[in-house]
Amino acid sequence: MRWNNLRSTWWKSGASAPRKASKIGTGFCPGGRILRPQQIFQRPAISLIISAPILLAAILLPAAAPDKHLSVYSTAANYSLPVVQRDRRDYVGLLEVLEPLGKVTAKFDGQRWRLRYNNRVEGDFFVGKTRVRVQGHDAELPARFLLENDRGLVPVSSLASLLPRFLGGPVTVHEDSDRLFIGSIATHFTASLAGDNPPKLVFHFTTPVNPMVSTEPGALRMTFNREPLVAPALPTLTFGSKVIPSATYAETNGGAAITVSSPVPLIASFSADGRTATISPTSPASAQTVVAPPTPPAPASSSVAGGPSPVSHRYFAVIDASHGGDDRGETLSPTLFEKDVTIALARSLRQELESRGITVLDLRDSDATLSLDQRAYLTNTNRAAVYIALHATAGGHGVRVYTALMPYGGDDRGPFHSWTTSQQAHLSLSQSAAADIVNEFQKRQIPVRALTAPLRPLNNVTTAALAVEVAPQGSDLMQLTAPDYQQLVTSAVATAIAADRDRLGAPQ
Amino acid sequence: MIPRHLFIGVVVLLVAVLGMSIYAWHMRGRVAAIPAQPAADTRALVPTFTGPTERATLFVAFDEDGSLRPRSAQISLPSGRQQRAEELLSALLTIYLDKTSPHTLSPGADVRSVFLVDPGVAVIDLNSAFADGHRSGVLVEDLTVTSLIHTLSANIPGILKVKILVDGKERETLAGHADLTGFYDVTAVNQLSTQLQPVQ
Repeated sequence: MRWNNLRSTWWKSGASAPRKASKIGTGFCPGGRILRPQQIFQRPAISLIISAPILLAAILLPAAAPDKHLSVYSTAANYSLPVVQRDRRDYVGLLEVLEPLGKVTAKFDGQRWRLRYNNRVEGDFFVGKTRVRVQGHDAELPARFLLENDRGLVPVSSLASLLPRFLGGPVTVHEDSDRLFIGSIATHFTASLAGDNPPKLVFHFTTPVNPMVSTEPGALRMTFNREPLVAPALPTLTFGSKVIPSATYAETNGGAAITVSSPVPLIASFSADGRTATISPTSPASAQTVVAPPTPPAPASSSVAGGPSPVSHRYFAVIDASHGGDDRGETLSPTLFEKDVTIALARSLRQELESRGITVLDLRDSDATLSLDQRAYLTNTNRAAVYIALHATAGGHGVRVYTALMPYGGDDRGPFHSWTTSQQAHLSLSQSAAADIVNEFQKRQIPVRALTAPLRPLNNVTTAALAVEVAPQGSDLMQLTAPDYQQLVTSAVATAIAADRDRLGAPQ
Repeated sequence: MIPRHLFIGVVVLLVAVLGMSIYAWHMRGRVAAIPAQPAADTRALVPTFTGPTERATLFVAFDEDGSLRPRSAQISLPSGRQQRAEELLSALLTIYLDKTSPHTLSPGADVRSVFLVDPGVAVIDLNSAFADGHRSGVLVEDLTVTSLIHTLSANIPGILKVKILVDGKERETLAGHADLTGFYDVTAVNQLSTQLQPVQ
């Protein structure tokens, strides 16, 4: 990489390049006499001195650690930015992050670095300080702000809390793998085994994908460098097959990879729309088949699939993994917090809904802090048909489905509705959706109750809104983290929502 | 030969050290004589008013089955509405702070005061130990709030809405879930109380 950069810089020098080359080609002997190139290489000591560093560089440069970069995924553009290390932390240029997303200007007045986004949002950053001020509100960075060559650098870990203030929407940062998701851009996938002889592993992706496929003994790997692919509920999926026992999801340095393990050679084939990948054992005759996925067409719109709906919703359902960031929710055990269980539940529910053709906006897919007002605002502005908040608790058994306990009064003025009682007009729809979910749980013999609760932001949401609180069925708290129990719960919710699709999607 | 000024300096310092040692010894004796401070009082609250008793209905939360059950109690209740409200909630907290409580609250949990403001507004001011030590969870917080409000509204007619404060200030939630920013609608809470009745 560095070698390539050096070479490209050399070529860019254009007319002066030959002159430089000529300088490189001459040298000096100890006696001060100028030597011609061929004379240099006739003297072993001098040629050794010159060639040793070149050889050393040639050996070391390719072995050096690859440059870190941050992959940014958004509806406007997908791009990659260099990450620099300062004070043993990863930093990235904030202006560079925002530039492809809108109009950005920055100026430094000697004390503060002022960033303006879309002529609407202003942020002040102070060199060497952790305090920032965005739209008049103070915020803290996890490490100090740096200014280098007029580039404002912020810690990568601060982007999850900083960018929503500029962009006004949810942002998810996968810090370990340097991946940044702006809005609900993530591509999810499900994997299931089909057929017995030979078995085939079928991956369904929510958007078209075009991974790089490679094989090695015992595994087939699909590497996604451009797609915003995110993890399933569990990083390792097991299928109970001897031919294709498991698949593993991993993220590294701005990319994601799915590795399918198998004792037999595998091939991958892709559907024409790029949304389905089928992994199957190769026959001896077809072992040499070149595996190449087709180029997917442009992404389809995210309207509700699987049946006509009276109203077109960009996202039919909004899933809210409650708590997050500093708000840990209930401390379920010394090492397990409610916020972690709700994320796993949200991912599972998302998979279940999407496998039923329901488009989903996931409000929180990382350990980000989102205020209750932000959650309600994002739900309302996306005009989803149903909002589902997920909670987890160690108390009691089974599942509780809540609708809003409406606060007193509300001060509606003409067309303007009170924020605290926004849910009022949609309460009966919420209650009927909750009743359907309760029925589905009862069918599956999972203990369930339907209640109202003074639980924000249910009362601020202008669509069907409910919260699902999951407790273990027995006394074993760890059941909350068990994927099969999570799926049992989320599949019941998804089935009820899918069955209620027409009613929920009807104009209100 | 030791210079005279050095000799005087050393003597002065020795005297100072001796004097401070005697003073420190004296202070140590005084501290030992002071009786130890009693530990923070974590006993359950008891109703403070003594007088003729009345039958009142307390709505007690049970964590075991997530229910709210009415419980009759003979309580000494003053004639003033505000004082009655405070005595009722004190009696309720006595149950919750007992060792055999069906819905445990943290030690030191208390209702600082209850204000009744016409028309139909009640303000319950909890102390910080009540909220800070409260268990987190939708249902467990739901039970506490419903128990307090329904106990008040069932025994003191005319309350339409209730506001819950913590240490005299508004707080976002009780323990991460139950919203404390708005006014509770007594009618809605009473309906929730019905939902929370134990399944027969």
